[in-house]
Amino acid sequence: MAGGEENCNLMRAFANLIERLILTPQRNGKLRLMQAYFRETPDPDRGYALAALTGSLDFRHAKPGLVRALVEERVDPLLFRLSYDYVGDLSETVSLIWPAPEHGPANDPDPPLGEVVGQLDAATRATLPSIVAGMLDRLDETGRWAFLKLITGGLRIGVSARLAKTALAGLGDVPLSDIEEIWHGQKLPYEALFDWVLGEGPRPQNDDPAPFRPVMLAQPLGDTDLETLNADDFAAEWKWDGIRVQAVGATDSQDRPVRRLYSRTGDDISGAFPDILEALDFDGAIDGELLVVREGAVQPFNSLQQRLNRKTVTGKMLKAFPAHIRAYDLLVAGDEDLRALPFAERRKRLEHFIGQIESDRIDLSPDVPFNDWDALAAARADPASAGAAHDADAVEGVMLKRHDSTYEAGRPKGPWFKWKRDPFNVDAVLMYAQRGHGKRSSLYSDYTFGVWRESEDGPELVPVGKAYSGFTDEELKRLDKFVRDHTVDRFGPVRAVRADAETGLVLEVAFEGLNESTRHKSGIAMRFPRIARIRWDKPTREADTLDNLVRLLPQRKTGVTQAG
Amino acid sequence: MPIRPADLLHPTPAGLYCPPGDFFVDPVRGVERAVVTHGHSDHARPGHAKALATPETLAIMASRMGAGHAKKAQAVAYGECISINGVDVTLVPAGHVLGSAQVVIEWKGLRIVVSGDYKRAHDPTCATFEPVKADVFVTEATFALPVFRHPHAAEEIAKLMTSLKRFPERTHLVGAYSLGKAQRVIKLIRETGYDEPIFIHGALKALCELYEAHGVALGDLRPATINDKARAAKNDFAGKIVVGPPSAFSDTWARRFADPLSSFASGWMRIRQRAKQRGVELPLVISDHADWDELIATIREVDPQEVWITHGRDDALARWSELNGYAAKPLALVGYEDEGD
Repeated sequence: MAGGEENCNLMRAFANLIERLILTPQRNGKLRLMQAYFRETPDPDRGYALAALTGSLDFRHAKPGLVRALVEERVDPLLFRLSYDYVGDLSETVSLIWPAPEHGPANDPDPPLGEVVGQLDAATRATLPSIVAGMLDRLDETGRWAFLKLITGGLRIGVSARLAKTALAGLGDVPLSDIEEIWHGQKLPYEALFDWVLGEGPRPQNDDPAPFRPVMLAQPLGDTDLETLNADDFAAEWKWDGIRVQAVGATDSQDRPVRRLYSRTGDDISGAFPDILEALDFDGAIDGELLVVREGAVQPFNSLQQRLNRKTVTGKMLKAFPAHIRAYDLLVAGDEDLRALPFAERRKRLEHFIGQIESDRIDLSPDVPFNDWDALAAARADPASAGAAHDADAVEGVMLKRHDSTYEAGRPKGPWFKWKRDPFNVDAVLMYAQRGHGKRSSLYSDYTFGVWRESEDGPELVPVGKAYSGFTDEELKRLDKFVRDHTVDRFGPVRAVRADAETGLVLEVAFEGLNESTRHKSGIAMRFPRIARIRWDKPTREADTLDNLVRLLPQRKTGVTQAG
Repeated sequence: MPIRPADLLHPTPAGLYCPPGDFFVDPVRGVERAVVTHGHSDHARPGHAKALATPETLAIMASRMGAGHAKKAQAVAYGECISINGVDVTLVPAGHVLGSAQVVIEWKGLRIVVSGDYKRAHDPTCATFEPVKADVFVTEATFALPVFRHPHAAEEIAKLMTSLKRFPERTHLVGAYSLGKAQRVIKLIRETGYDEPIFIHGALKALCELYEAHGVALGDLRPATINDKARAAKNDFAGKIVVGPPSAFSDTWARRFADPLSSFASGWMRIRQRAKQRGVELPLVISDHADWDELIATIREVDPQEVWITHGRDDALARWSELNGYAAKPLALVGYEDEGD
């Protein structure tokens, strides 16, 4: 355990911190653990820990594949696979299975976290394997686990970057939004940041000319919210089905242009979007939705997915999936910070600002006019007739924004609401179940389901999707038991479940939309499928047919002439 | 014609059966004659006409299932060789829980050792495992994955004692199965020099007394009940150790304690996600089963012609056996859960 007799700068202290974080369910307990660590641990090690907790460390060459290769040099690959399948987490599997070095346990003292980070930072592709293997030989099991989580990115210990920043803010008396505001200009290991939060130094400057501004988010509209809200106070616009981004253009002190595209959490995703960057020929910060737009028509979300989670992009992809920003808001124009202005004012400024931009990669998200809530409900139900036209399939719902709302970081209660469209539902039959990973590694928690279609031998089930959410822990236990009791075949972690016209389980699946797919036997792919209800009562033969489902496919986009 | 191992012992739906001796080992349902390796409920079941086991195991069976669990119970001490229809049977310590035994079966020069559940690590509450050379070694495989490497139990108990000092305002609830694990955990706590009362759930009482009667001193044990007097005195077990079966901790029973800190002593706690899944804040990796290193060290010592694997992760242990020159056969026995861990 961290603290007390131990040296708090060591890898062991960090390992103990993250182990305790993973086992501590309460948010406040997690905050206390992080704050105790930040107080007890000196610079620079606490800064590296903060970077790890906020996902700001990136060791380019350290990939899970490298770790697997190292372990498979030492352990029979089949035994490793069986173990990995059971444990469900690569770092944990490797840390447990890693054999003691042949020359006996290492005598090297436990390294400080800063030294570990320093070694990894200095590593080249060629030297990294021996550095990683040396560290794994040197550390104990918990240390190995923490080290592997650190280098393979994404600790996944139930602590979001936001929670880690909240812990930091709580060290002193600093609002979280202040930390988010300057966060992206800070350099590892964040010494000035800690000094400021602890009242031992001035507020650090964010000297990035194109910084990220913390994003304002909307609350979901509750069932009864409309009864208490006045339609005259709000503006409405479409909620587009892309990803929320912030596009910033500026010039640095030497008058060179600086352009950045940030995700809504402030990750710099510029590298993968040179087409967007080229369009940021302005001095300001736009809040908008990233979409793929071809020939003036918004493409289905899976087109955008081709462009996401990449560090770079090929010319072919740029052509096939051209990126686009549909602007919602204007945060900065020139030197002027607009965030304290009311939305109605910002909206006017945005319209003007967009009008000045030459590129057609950036356009304005249109207003959805309405007189009362019924009119807005009708627009939400039928966006095509309410102005979205051929882009209606890309509308996820409507956004409500108070005319007088200032732009506040976070998810304040009251000024903005999102009112999503009702999801689609289908009754499908459970066909296969797979053991979950991590927390659910002992439960069959991932379900593949199918619908009926006619074949030469009569009706048969064809898989149409996979869902692993939407049920309670109690329901999960019952589902797991159902799977175990009705297993007809096993393939590794997957079990085939009895599913025919007489026996089986009907799952009511909710989903956001359908796409055509060549990868699935059924020819369709579902978006965000989840279990809406478990129909223990419903006979399998009454489940839906593929024909019913195919009717929901979006019509081919107008405006798209020839693909490729 | 030389006899084949399967002539002496083979799996049946009721469990491992020895045709020449006409007896079963740990049958999963009532049979004419059963040899029982140890008292966990998946191995020791009621309804046999004749049950043969160590005196300790028979005492455990009587305590859990009543004296009438079998029509006739036959106690056989460790090392005593008896003949059943011409087949020699000897019980040898397995180190799993009090009274646990391996069954050594010999007939016409062929020797099969059925390990039952076993471990090699030190356990002050039961006799230590003794390896016996065999032609066929029938082993369990509960923790037969190379990720299962149990740390020293004393180090795990030290974590508990450290936490008790650091969080004196919290009741430390230690989940431990009622036969074997609970007594071992209590004994290990005593070995650290802790002599304050340890509070136990009612389900542990009879077995703790039985261990005491067999010479395993567990110190001052008291019931973990709160009466009105205690409640008035705000005696809510803050800073105390409470040991109970894990199932009790998800019950309303656990809500009586001061800010309970949930701990669980089990080999499964090696996997953090398992601990997290169960809401365990302080996992104690203490197991009464052999870990991966113990399993393979034992196979090497017993040095059999064939390894038969009863239950657990047979795929991984079979793979290791194959890689190391032992013929291996999973028996795919059903009905054995991991009550003891």
